[in-house]
Amino acid sequence: MLKQIEGSAAVAEAVALCRPEVICAYPISPQTHIVEALGRMVTDGRLAPCEFINVESEFAAMSVAIGASAAGARAYTATASQGLLFMAEAVYNAAGLGLPIVMTVANRAIGAPINIWNDHTDALSQRDCGWIQLFAEDNQEALDLHLQAFRLAEELSLPVMVCMDGFILTHAYERVDLPTQQQVDAYLPPYLPRQVLDPAEPISIGAMVGPEAFMEVRYLAHAKQRQALDLIPSWAEEFRRIFGRDSGGLTHAYRVDDAEIVVVALGSVLGTIKDTVDEMRTGGTRIGVLGIGCFRPWPTAAVREALQTAKRVVVLEKSLAVGLGGIVSNNVAASYAGSPDRVHTVIAGLGGRAITRQSLHRLLGQAVEGGLEPLTFLDLDHALVERVIARERGQRRSGPIAEGILRDLGVVAARAG
Amino acid sequence: MSYQPIRFYQTGTFTVGNRLLPDEQRSVQANMRRTNSLNSGHRACQGCGEALGARYTIDAAMEATQRQLVAANATGCLEVFSTPYPETSWQIPWIHSLFGNAAAVGTGIAAALRVKGRHDVRVIAQGGDGGTTDIGFGCLSGMFERNDDVLYICYDNEGYMNTGVQRSSATPPAARTNTTMPLGQSAGNRFGQGKYLPAIAMAHDIPYVATATVAELHDLEAKVRRAMEFRGARYIHVFVPCPLGWGHDSAATIRIARLAKETGLFPVFEAEGGRVTHVSRIKRKLPVEEYLRPQQRYAHLFRDPPRRDVIERIQQLADRNILRYRLTDGVERRA
Amino acid sequence: MKLKPFAITLDPGSSLANRTGSWRTVRPEYVDRLPPCNHACPAGENIQGWLFHAESGHYEEAWRVLVRDNPLPAVMGRVCYHPCETSCNRAQLDESVGINAIERFLGDEALRCGWKFAAPAAATGRRVLVIGAGPSGLSAAYQLACAGHGVTIHDAGPAPGGMMRFGIPRYRLPREVLDAEIRRILELGVSLELNSKVTNVPGAMRDGGFDAVFLAVGAHIARRAYIPAGSAAKMLDAISLLRSMEGGERPLLGRRVVVYGGGNTAMDAARTAKRLGAEESIIVYRRTRERMPAHESELEEALQEGVLVKWLSTIRQAGESSITVERMQLDASGKPQPTGELETLAADCVILALGQDVDLSLLDGVPGLEVKDGVVQVGAGMMTGHPGIFAGGDMVPGERTVTVGIGHGKLAARHIDAWLRGTTWVHPPPHELATYDKLNTWYYSDAPKSRQPVLDTIRRQSTFEEVVGGFDEVTAQFEARRCLSCGNCFECDNCYGVCPDNAVIKLGPGQRYQFNYDYCKGCGLCVAECPCGAIRTVPEEI
Repeated sequence: MLKQIEGSAAVAEAVALCRPEVICAYPISPQTHIVEALGRMVTDGRLAPCEFINVESEFAAMSVAIGASAAGARAYTATASQGLLFMAEAVYNAAGLGLPIVMTVANRAIGAPINIWNDHTDALSQRDCGWIQLFAEDNQEALDLHLQAFRLAEELSLPVMVCMDGFILTHAYERVDLPTQQQVDAYLPPYLPRQVLDPAEPISIGAMVGPEAFMEVRYLAHAKQRQALDLIPSWAEEFRRIFGRDSGGLTHAYRVDDAEIVVVALGSVLGTIKDTVDEMRTGGTRIGVLGIGCFRPWPTAAVREALQTAKRVVVLEKSLAVGLGGIVSNNVAASYAGSPDRVHTVIAGLGGRAITRQSLHRLLGQAVEGGLEPLTFLDLDHALVERVIARERGQRRSGPIAEGILRDLGVVAARAG
Repeated sequence: MSYQPIRFYQTGTFTVGNRLLPDEQRSVQANMRRTNSLNSGHRACQGCGEALGARYTIDAAMEATQRQLVAANATGCLEVFSTPYPETSWQIPWIHSLFGNAAAVGTGIAAALRVKGRHDVRVIAQGGDGGTTDIGFGCLSGMFERNDDVLYICYDNEGYMNTGVQRSSATPPAARTNTTMPLGQSAGNRFGQGKYLPAIAMAHDIPYVATATVAELHDLEAKVRRAMEFRGARYIHVFVPCPLGWGHDSAATIRIARLAKETGLFPVFEAEGGRVTHVSRIKRKLPVEEYLRPQQRYAHLFRDPPRRDVIERIQQLADRNILRYRLTDGVERRA
Repeated sequence: MKLKPFAITLDPGSSLANRTGSWRTVRPEYVDRLPPCNHACPAGENIQGWLFHAESGHYEEAWRVLVRDNPLPAVMGRVCYHPCETSCNRAQLDESVGINAIERFLGDEALRCGWKFAAPAAATGRRVLVIGAGPSGLSAAYQLACAGHGVTIHDAGPAPGGMMRFGIPRYRLPREVLDAEIRRILELGVSLELNSKVTNVPGAMRDGGFDAVFLAVGAHIARRAYIPAGSAAKMLDAISLLRSMEGGERPLLGRRVVVYGGGNTAMDAARTAKRLGAEESIIVYRRTRERMPAHESELEEALQEGVLVKWLSTIRQAGESSITVERMQLDASGKPQPTGELETLAADCVILALGQDVDLSLLDGVPGLEVKDGVVQVGAGMMTGHPGIFAGGDMVPGERTVTVGIGHGKLAARHIDAWLRGTTWVHPPPHELATYDKLNTWYYSDAPKSRQPVLDTIRRQSTFEEVVGGFDEVTAQFEARRCLSCGNCFECDNCYGVCPDNAVIKLGPGQRYQFNYDYCKGCGLCVAECPCGAIRTVPEEI
């Protein structure tokens, strides 16, 4: 059924169709609308049986989900940004215990300075926590990924994070195709936990493991996550059969077959990139796009294959490994058969900075001409940062960077000189 | 009061059992078929009060729930000594997640059971004082506030013992820990700090709050039983001496717990709906010195010259408890 | 079975593989320590042992344990001065356990219910002559009969019981109680020949074909003191007075009676005089109350009945209706010395209660026998210097009480039995004493001592009805439960409960407990929290 609704509402509908039994809610923008909608559904009885729990923190949200999942309930929560960091300990724990929790991350920047707008720093900070991380390109995919996420999580007994861009997707009204309950039920079998807290068959979950077995436990976590690389494509295929559309999968290659330049990215920015690429193709540039749908496990083989023809790779990412440069680009470089110095990192859109077609044209034009630096910060106000850096060189204690920038922008009255 | 004191049968209320008692008056621990929820082979220190308190509590809960029990455990001594791979001592469905989230995990389990209609299965969350009063406090308060159907048990040994004896917000004044060393003029942990969780729990208006010690088994078991008669958030704070951290003889664990109660330093009471409904009276009031002396963590108070001033301040704390909780009301004073 | 995650999820109870017993440097051990009551009992009763059954209300079992050591519990429950209670650990907690009264309850219960002794062991064919049917002789006869030996008692008196009959007034020991308990001993097949004074022991042995003899003739000859007395002065000795009470005719003592002496016999005589109608019954004693040999309770009861005591006084002279007494004072060594201060007391009669001696005439000509200080010397095995002749009771050195006599009889019987079998009886090594410091008294409830009912004073002054009443069942059981069970497990489950390692195995009712040394870490909590001190700690050996 087609519906013109907000992304958050679409996700809430998708989650509800998956019949979650315990939902933990703690407000943080921009995921708030999702749990609000789910809360209404539980209250009005549309979603039943389901326990909707207003917890006191994201740490509690994930912890409640851990308890619920270990006791055999299908558990769901959503978070973003600071919230994800606040629950980080429990995020690792859920993965370590092998609990198939599904969580939406409405991607948002991490402070300080506090910033509510979109980038991928939050999710990518948790890239090694053991969760499967899926990224949605648009609201339809965000919706669809949740259906796949529950199935994947429960099949592998691993938690799955569905990442969607905050505001850009969560608050965008788009037309989506809402599946029916029968379709979802046909796709997603009831939750059969691999381990469950049950008085009839007591077990101890969460033992302390020492050096004698810890390496093996970690290896097994790795091996298990890698199994998703086989499951995700086949279930995307099954999804297509049931729901009649392509959604999910490890990667989305777009016009890469003969591409000499391939732009790699995650999330909603892929739409803008594709538009730009289409325009450049019209101009005769052999350029393509590779969207990463599954960031963890990292689809090494799929990426390598998609980049086969590429002479140059431009990774445009909404995250920054401070002190190094790119996060996604590092993963891409490791999977690229060509020379690593052909992989360019472009840090873009941090804290919600708009990524425009105009900027992309300029950037990719440089790439075509071979003039792109190994590391580029898209649309960075170079003059401003140079002034700050210069001042900092002359002054040992120059104060917080943010304050300095604001001062340079004239937002703060220059009191302290 | 949750139980009828046992009238005189050679011994009375304080022994674990007694061959002269009818079955219903014996403690769960006296039963040959008790569950031993925390089984032999665990790696707790000799004379561990927490190991004892945990078996007392969980066995009683198992009895009270017809063995339909699930437990979530905070990180800490209890977790570490009971479940080092490849062995667990727990005979019940049990989960350890993190240091600070046992109450929330309990909430999750309770939610799952409710949604599945398993009203017969009850949930316990448990941890040490660090996992309860400090790092787990947020989750605990949240669980209380929502009145989730979880019985939380705090095994209070007044410090971070698993990490090598450091101060927690349950460490009493003047106690020596590795982060409150009595050096120079310092007399150990400072006065005027710390938090008393039973009162905080009561302030949440939850259905049931109780304190207990490993020295009074019948009282402890009755409180667990009583707690299981309620739905919603419940809290039992069990005083469990730690031979390692407190520096007392491993055989003295129960005696120390008894002295904590008899001096008034640890009030033993129960409260329903935020109101104290019963207080365990002091049997024979003793000066705090009797409690402090056998413990190395207070040894600095008894060097030459002894810190009479500090001992007096501790006595005042005990006297304040006695007044506040009416611990000696109706008790005959012995000459 | 689901495939559980490796290492993170474990199967229940798997820690049993971890044998923490290897941590131990000391180990707990269950022990039976000697309770102070048992230790103090001259009859060697296993008091804690029979109280254990009485606590449960199993009175017959309690009685059966009791009579292993003492066949006269109803008697003993009345006349014993109960050193057990003096040494009772509970006295340090509140008050001693009323052991004596419980013993009496059991004895009376046995008589009421008609419980009989167990049948004797198979007959050995050996024969033992017991001379004297007092407590010592009856005790030996009972023990020997139980062991299967043929026993014959000869007694010079007209009725059995010795001093129990002829020394202890019936208001302390009703005769039907005494008779019933003696009858029960005789029912074991013991022959009793009364009015049969043995004058030649070897001869009697030979003639009767006895393999051994136990002498227990008691001390029935009253000691005299020289008191200048007018011819009209009426003087008699206390033993004769008490003996005459068993005859048909009651002696006439007059209105004012003076008893001279400070022992228990003096008390009995003064109290008997009171009951016989004396308006005044005055005890004259040369020392102070603190130094009086009479048992405190006997003096107290005498005073309650109106008996008067003239302390620090000796009788100088006795006349027809008065006596002259001299005031004494104690010297530095505590001996009474005359002061020359004289006083006259009205007295119709003077009763001398100055102690008794043994009639040793029957031993004349027995080779090897040694007599010293008027009593027969015996070895540790109660045997005299003459092989096969044993002796006990008041005629051998020692305290002269019924209880000591019963203890002698039992001990002698053990040795006689061994002697008859050509072996030696060795007392099993005594257990370590269960002293108060071994107990954890926290666990015992407060429980005040029960009091026995006492006859009202008017009736005590005029009749020979029994003064002290017995416990009813409820009281007896309550009192039994005041026993701390010093040094002996009473199955309170404390060790089973307080072990943090579940290393105590409960074996079930009456079976006590066992340590599971596979897991016991040796913390010592069980030892510290055992109320009765029945667990000890010993160093672990490698």
